[in-house]
Amino acid sequence: MQRRILGRDRLVAAFFAGCVLFNYPLLSVFDRPSEVFDIPMIFAYIFFAWALVIALMAWAIEARSG
Amino acid sequence: MLQAPVLIAASLLYLGLLFAVAWWGDRRADQGRSLIDSATIYALSMAVYCTTWTFYGSVGRAAVSGIGFLPVYLGPTLVMALGWFILLKMIRIVKANRITSIADFISSRYGKSHLLGGLVTIIAVVGIVPYIALQLKAVSSTVALLLGYPDIVMLPRSPTMSVAADISFYIALILAAFTIVFGTRHLDATERHEGMVAAIALESVVKLVAFIAVGVFVTYGLYGGFGDIFEHLATHPELQRLTTAIPSGQGYTGWFSLIVLSALAVLFLPRQFQVAVVENVNESHLRRAAWLFPLYLLLINIFVLPIALGGLMHFAGEGVDADTFVLTLPMSQRQEGLALLVFIGGLSAGTGMVIVETIALSTMVCNDLVMPLLLRHRRLGLAESKDLSGLLLGIRRGAIVLILLLGYCYFRLAGEAYALVAIGLISFAAVAQFAPAIIGGMYWRGGTRGGALAGLLAGFVVWGYTLLLPSFAKSGWLPGDFLTQGLFGIELLRPLQLFGLSGIDEISHCLFWSFLANIGAYVGVSLLRPPMVAEATQATVFVDALQETGPIGAVLWRGRAKVSDLQELVGRFLGPARAEVAFAGHLRRHGGRQGDKQEADARLVQFAESLLAGAIGSASARVMVASVAKEEPLSIEEVMHILDEASQLRTYSRELERKSRELTAATLELREANERLQELDRVKDDIMSSVTHELRTPLTSIRAFSELLRDDPRMHLPDRERFLGLIVSETERLTRLINQTLDLAKIESGRADWNACELDLKEVIEQSVAATSQLFREKEAHVDLDLPDNLPQIMGDRDRLIQVMLNLLSNAAKFLPPGSGRVRVVLSLLADGLQVSVTDNGPGIRPQDQELIFEKFRQVGDTMTAKPSGTGLGLPISRRIVEHLGGRLWVESVPGEGATFLFTLPFALQHELAVGQHEQPGQCGGRG
Repeated sequence: MQRRILGRDRLVAAFFAGCVLFNYPLLSVFDRPSEVFDIPMIFAYIFFAWALVIALMAWAIEARSG
Repeated sequence: MLQAPVLIAASLLYLGLLFAVAWWGDRRADQGRSLIDSATIYALSMAVYCTTWTFYGSVGRAAVSGIGFLPVYLGPTLVMALGWFILLKMIRIVKANRITSIADFISSRYGKSHLLGGLVTIIAVVGIVPYIALQLKAVSSTVALLLGYPDIVMLPRSPTMSVAADISFYIALILAAFTIVFGTRHLDATERHEGMVAAIALESVVKLVAFIAVGVFVTYGLYGGFGDIFEHLATHPELQRLTTAIPSGQGYTGWFSLIVLSALAVLFLPRQFQVAVVENVNESHLRRAAWLFPLYLLLINIFVLPIALGGLMHFAGEGVDADTFVLTLPMSQRQEGLALLVFIGGLSAGTGMVIVETIALSTMVCNDLVMPLLLRHRRLGLAESKDLSGLLLGIRRGAIVLILLLGYCYFRLAGEAYALVAIGLISFAAVAQFAPAIIGGMYWRGGTRGGALAGLLAGFVVWGYTLLLPSFAKSGWLPGDFLTQGLFGIELLRPLQLFGLSGIDEISHCLFWSFLANIGAYVGVSLLRPPMVAEATQATVFVDALQETGPIGAVLWRGRAKVSDLQELVGRFLGPARAEVAFAGHLRRHGGRQGDKQEADARLVQFAESLLAGAIGSASARVMVASVAKEEPLSIEEVMHILDEASQLRTYSRELERKSRELTAATLELREANERLQELDRVKDDIMSSVTHELRTPLTSIRAFSELLRDDPRMHLPDRERFLGLIVSETERLTRLINQTLDLAKIESGRADWNACELDLKEVIEQSVAATSQLFREKEAHVDLDLPDNLPQIMGDRDRLIQVMLNLLSNAAKFLPPGSGRVRVVLSLLADGLQVSVTDNGPGIRPQDQELIFEKFRQVGDTMTAKPSGTGLGLPISRRIVEHLGGRLWVESVPGEGATFLFTLPFALQHELAVGQHEQPGQCGGRG
């Protein structure tokens, strides 16, 4: 039971993290004409943030140790 | 290889494959070995979210707005993080009430209202049919493109083309046939289609593979990787703006609105509701799908930007529509196989959406629009019919054909018009209007039918005015001055700047006004009056869906109905055979005889109603059951009473759980107490045996000497005196032993008398030293005292402390070397008390013995060689006394250098607080 609640709290945390990462003003911070690994920074940022949120969710759901 | 026959053959083969998969899935479902019982397949079926609008349209959007195509995939990602919260509850509600569509869901929540179900159906049809048209357009225009191969020709559609010559007409017909076969093979009370889900999951794989194949081809075939594409971009300054966050002027508000809108759409689009909620096989699948589905969305979007940018650079100035880049890029490179794969992928995206959406819509149209009307107006005719299942299937099949034809007509009408191109988001905004009624209904008991109706209607009207009508105007179907001057020339009513609100994009604009109207009306009207019986009942069923007690719907019915009547009623809609099986199953589980004329209990009535609800919708099911059952209406007070009882029952059961937990804890404590008792018993036995042993030694010598004296009357006087002296000293030892044993037993059992009072430790020490001075004089030892004046008083029992000091001093005296003995007694101040140390220069105590000496009857040192001179109880008693007074007694020693016994005692005040209530400080006044 305790474990399930912890997993849920992690998912809620992932939700709020996504809300912040995917929106203004963080988005505008990365909106600049430089490049990361030859990719425009905003593209790299948004895909990285997206993958991060999905990874967080996967961890929250699949982690047995929590 | 891209001629018409090849395309047609490939398409038909692919559809045939899908059909085979679907048939297999249905067969496995009938055998009870579900093919789709997997979280992965569940997640893939959710990916029906990605239509041709994603497959072809994302690239088109990216070509205009850079990353502006992404928020519609970020919203679903976020909402899935809360899937356990919202989707799980929806699944539970749907399964418990056999709800089959989103219209049924809303209608059921607000007291099984026909009116609400109908309104939701109309909104859904109006919002979704153009979206279906968009899929037809995508499929037919890709066919047209491929038929032009090897040239890439952007054909404007000729409006004069006859229907018979229009390929998309045939596509619509094929899809209709396909959907009928998939979706309405038979009537099922749960309205689930396992075969269809299996086929949809396969389609999701195909479209993902196809899109990634094109992405890899463009990125690594046409260009040298991601970096290479962006390097080439440097030579196209006009495309630079695409690499910034918000290039199209929609602003961050628009970005945010799209995230919200798509988050709601992924829950409330009829096709998403169908696959995610209605078709859910096992709610535990939701867990893994919650991250697999977002992962799918991420994967299918990785190559969107490279394809868009690659296409823009490759076709610069050639006038190729960016929406077709996915197909035209492989075509321009003569990649025929890849082009065919892309076509199949697009076909997957289009057909998947059309099939699921049409099934969901046809269920709604049948259950929430047509059946209620038929039941109302042709009640007699229907009542006479023995088996209505055929009619039901007929209505659904008709609805499927009708919806697809409507889609086709809209497509013919709209052509390339703005109203079709922008329909994706317009559809999203339409279904978002369901959100207040659904989410409010799941978490707020106060929502009423009137509130839901008002909210939906207000939201729908505002949506139509601010989004749909402007799209018509932009397509030239309405006069343009409607947009610029407002309705009736009233400036405030300009649909894109309603009441003068400007500066935000049209989606955000529509979302704000429609939600304001929708939520405002929903909450406002709901608050006008308290919920009625049916509303309150359903509110409880929905809001408490996640509570662990069973559904309480069954209790909330009172009336009379015959089992046979109910079975006949269900049989009319599901077919007599299916009804027979269902009733037999229910009666077997819950007891009762079948087919006889006896009264049905509330549970059976509920069961019959839920069976019917699956086939004809919950509102109609309620009406039909009422037609055979003589229902005695419950008053709102009675319902609230029953609900209260149910919730009281829950409270009681929680209470019971708590009690039983407490009982377990008490049992545990009891067991521990018992163990302690047994342990004490054992200790007592040990003491008894060692005491007996210790007593025997002096007794034996007393007896031996006495016998010697008795048996030898002629013994010399000096011997006689020596023996008598021994007898006396042994007797004294025996007395001491007995006294101390009794003393120790008293202290250990807590029955000792304690006379606690504040006292000056220095005085106690001086008194003790004085009492033992004779001992030290005999050994010619020197006693040093270091006792500072004016130390704080401590709380203690004077006599007991003197006993401790006497013990330590006599102990020290015992081991002093004759002639050169030195004893040092030091009193010192600690942070929280006083410390006394008694140091001798005797032989010392070996480290391994330093704890042993505090055990009862343990004497160490020269016990092997010399006769023990003590009782072996002095130190244990002393330690107990000090510990009882809140202090500590221990020894520090280096063998050969003497030993130091130390004890501490806390200050009066602290100790009083800790144990003072057990003492009797008043009694020490006369002492000392």
